[in-house]
Amino acid sequence: MVPTATASDPIVQVEAITLRFGGLTSLSDVSLTQQRGEILAVIGPNGAGKTSLFNCLTGVYHPQEGNITFHDDHGKSVEIVGPKPRFAGLGGKSHVRNHGRKPHQVNRAGIARTFQTSRLFNALTAFENVKIGVESRMHTGPIGAMLRLPRTRHEDRESDARASELLEFVGLRERANDIASSLPYGDRRRLEIARALGTSPQLLLLDEPAAGTNPAEKNELVRLIRKVNDERGVSVLLIEHDMGLVMTLADRIVVLNFGQVIASGVPAEVQQNPAVIEAYLGAPDPEDAYDTSGPAEDGPEK
Amino acid sequence: MSTVRAPTPLLRRLWLSTDARRLAACVAGGLVLAVMTGPEGSGTAPTSGFTGSLGNSRVIGFVVFGVVLWLLMTARQRYGTEIRAVSDRLSAAPRRLLPDKRVRGVFYLVLLGIAIGYPTVLNGFWQEVLVDQIGVYVLLALGLNVVVGYAGLLDLGYIAFYAIGAYSAAYWTGALPVHPLFHLNAFYAIPLAVLAAMLAGVILGAPTLRLRGDYLAIVTLGFGEIIEIVANNLQGVTGGAQGVIGIPHFSIHFLGVVYHWGLGSLPYYYLLLGFIVVVLIAFHFLENSRVGRAWVAIREDEVAAESSGINVLKYKVMAFAIGASTSGLAGMVEASKIGFVEPGDFTVQLSILILVLVIFGGMGSLPGAVIGAAVLQFLPQYLRVHPLFGFQQQDLYLYLGAILVVMMIFRPVGVFPSRRRKRELGLAEHGVGSADAMESTTGPIS
Amino acid sequence: MCFTQNFWNLVVSGLYDGFLYALIALGYTLVYGVLQLINFAHSEVFMSGGFASYFILHALVGTNQPTGLASVGYVALGVLGGGAGGAAIAFLLERVAYRPLRRRNAPRLAFLISAIGASYFLYNLAGKEFGRNALEIPTLFTNGPVFSVFGATVQTIYVVTAIAALIMLVIVDRVVAMTRLGKGIRAVAQDAETASLMGVPIDRVISQTFIIGGLLGGAAGFLFGLNAGVIFTMGFTPALKAFTAAVLGGIGNIRGAVLGGLLLGIVENLGVACTQASWRDVVAFGILVLVLLIRPTGLLGEQLGRAA
Repeated sequence: MVPTATASDPIVQVEAITLRFGGLTSLSDVSLTQQRGEILAVIGPNGAGKTSLFNCLTGVYHPQEGNITFHDDHGKSVEIVGPKPRFAGLGGKSHVRNHGRKPHQVNRAGIARTFQTSRLFNALTAFENVKIGVESRMHTGPIGAMLRLPRTRHEDRESDARASELLEFVGLRERANDIASSLPYGDRRRLEIARALGTSPQLLLLDEPAAGTNPAEKNELVRLIRKVNDERGVSVLLIEHDMGLVMTLADRIVVLNFGQVIASGVPAEVQQNPAVIEAYLGAPDPEDAYDTSGPAEDGPEK
Repeated sequence: MSTVRAPTPLLRRLWLSTDARRLAACVAGGLVLAVMTGPEGSGTAPTSGFTGSLGNSRVIGFVVFGVVLWLLMTARQRYGTEIRAVSDRLSAAPRRLLPDKRVRGVFYLVLLGIAIGYPTVLNGFWQEVLVDQIGVYVLLALGLNVVVGYAGLLDLGYIAFYAIGAYSAAYWTGALPVHPLFHLNAFYAIPLAVLAAMLAGVILGAPTLRLRGDYLAIVTLGFGEIIEIVANNLQGVTGGAQGVIGIPHFSIHFLGVVYHWGLGSLPYYYLLLGFIVVVLIAFHFLENSRVGRAWVAIREDEVAAESSGINVLKYKVMAFAIGASTSGLAGMVEASKIGFVEPGDFTVQLSILILVLVIFGGMGSLPGAVIGAAVLQFLPQYLRVHPLFGFQQQDLYLYLGAILVVMMIFRPVGVFPSRRRKRELGLAEHGVGSADAMESTTGPIS
Repeated sequence: MCFTQNFWNLVVSGLYDGFLYALIALGYTLVYGVLQLINFAHSEVFMSGGFASYFILHALVGTNQPTGLASVGYVALGVLGGGAGGAAIAFLLERVAYRPLRRRNAPRLAFLISAIGASYFLYNLAGKEFGRNALEIPTLFTNGPVFSVFGATVQTIYVVTAIAALIMLVIVDRVVAMTRLGKGIRAVAQDAETASLMGVPIDRVISQTFIIGGLLGGAAGFLFGLNAGVIFTMGFTPALKAFTAAVLGGIGNIRGAVLGGLLLGIVENLGVACTQASWRDVVAFGILVLVLLIRPTGLLGEQLGRAA
């Protein structure tokens, strides 16, 4: 689903966000826009701020400046991060402080994520993992659950069906009753995607989905991500180190370095961009390599 | 321990040998047990308790006990896999013997039948124990199990909600110095007492459950203490340290059905049994519902749970409130049965007692909570009246403390663990997952 | 205001309480630094110190009333004896209730439960073996007014406590800041895994941390007992307040614990002046809850690892 260049229908807009940790500036004035239906990749060398950006998008970190807005498929806009005026007391000038949504609220808005090192519910079965994702969209409360009201049972059956369907979709049907911790690496990755899809996202954020997978598993993952994008119409934003994967998957690429966007465009363009080549291979002249007036590396990459 | 320079190679070798060290630890454990079960000492003769229990032929028995323990542990290590296989098969036996839902149903009905029929042949003392010591505490343990077992939170002020339930009972029936707008029959005040306890749980939980888990433990401990102090000092509201008397027994006048609970224990026992069965069924459903799974998710990995759209704080408060209301219910029933409330019934150590009941049975396991509470509440009573043991009630917490430590060292999952909890703890100990909700504070890092 | 009348008297008695809280709070803070755990059984370390000093002094002093240099010597002996008792129990505690769980990488819940169990075991054992009545530590000096500041009389016991506490606090601060052991403690506090890779013997450092905390807590037990006597339940309330002090100053932060202790002591005494003595604990717990809700990192912040 490559969007046409003319029609701008953004699903998420990041506007000039800056994130600092104490004295360290991890993201500086980063802006990017993802179109609906697009697979967007964010790449960059280690410490470029990719994970920080990711954590801002998912509500883990709240950047001190800038906005992040999510536009869902139904025309509703949700501010993930944005300024919120605060009353500063009598006589004081009212100042504006950035206010962000919590991770679960971000998820509810329609953005689901996976983790760099998969974080499954390890003592539960694959099926239960997905079901927990699915159920976060259900409504059964404690009273309904304790009385096992008809509506509760109905929701439970519905979640079961959705969870099975999702396991089938990612190709883990045979593994449904296996304990998550016992699954091989590639399967864990896919299970995490299934759990994320369970929350019915419109945008799926993948944090280095191919990290640690072998070539066969990687190919399957590429196919799965494609399938998620094509068949389910879910927009995908991914961070990746693996250039091969990025070049085959991404519709568009944004390159970060030292917490700033240094390039963006379709894969072919980015590949030719001298700034990108420099960032990855180092400048020909060592003097230039450190001549970035940009901010320092990001601290909490992991 | 490389720091210790043993004088001779032999001693050094002994010290370095795990077997020898374990033997020493086991014998030491036996000696501690000898002291625990030995005579009392006093301030003027501080060593008399020790000499009385160690300088006596009975110490031989405890040393032998230590050696046997060591032999068992060594055997368990040598033949660990075989033993584990046997124990797994044993613990799986009930499940295998009762594979069919219908067979299991019949089994539970038989149990219920025993629970209904057996107490009638007991004497008055044991019937009373069955209500005051066992029934009420089973209910309390079931409630705390939701907080500790399901949600993985440590609540050390749990008894405070029991107090709130009991004082609500007193309030609505007009026994307190402050009077309500209208008096209620104790039976109809039950929902109000439960509601009051639940509200207290939400009010205490909503701000404090954002905190790190160990801070929560301290805050709840302080809360339990505060409730006790308040009950003691607000003479005009709670009746002060003497408490209040005159809380009426339950009675029903409804659609022609008239029943009065009186002084006898049995009617209260059946009422409690009814509550326990209802709570058991409700919590069983809860455990296997969307809510129960959300708790597991939070216990396992709070960050992943949040990212899967689970409002962590909301579910923690929910667990807290459900636990609190169960505690309130127990307080209400007990207040009506004994007819009075006093602050001395809500000491902080009772919260610890209930914690031991839950841990002993197995965190997160409904049968565990029931059996744990029943066994641990029955044993002291039995040992107390049995002439051979002469158990002193004042030593109870000595044993309970020891049980907690020993359980945490050797069997953290409890005696009747839930399968899921067992798996979690096993995984957590291999560095996967956390098995409690202690790690993070909710809310963003910014 | 309710406390303006004897403001300075309240401050002086607050400082006295505060020094005791500070000594106990250090035990919480040090252990928290290396294990990121609240040592729930620290109250019993305090209690053990009280009993140890009682038995030593009871045997040596009895009903005599020492004067002059002998008084000073006995007080020092009491501090050392209490410290030794506290340290011994703290060491055992770490060995029995914590280390096996650490080996297994048990969840935090298990540590807390184990510590609570140990606490109940220890104080009930003390009750069983040493009787359930308060025991009076022999009189080591005549208590009376020494001098007055701003109209507030300072009693001998206040002076003794303050001097003993100050000496210990300075020593600990310097030990953590300057010695090899202190370096080990700070390294483990900052990052235990890396520290162990760099050759820091983690087990030993943790043991030693418990011992230092035990020394201070035990000595506090003696100083507390001088005034109030020793009893098996003596640990609960002071320890809970000392924990409040540690949190107030920023848990893991040594100077924070001292500041928190003194501050809590003063605020508590002023607060009591406005209510009744029986609400004393409510004031302290109220402060705890407020601090945790408003500024859970404490006044000086959680300087884990930068313990000085």
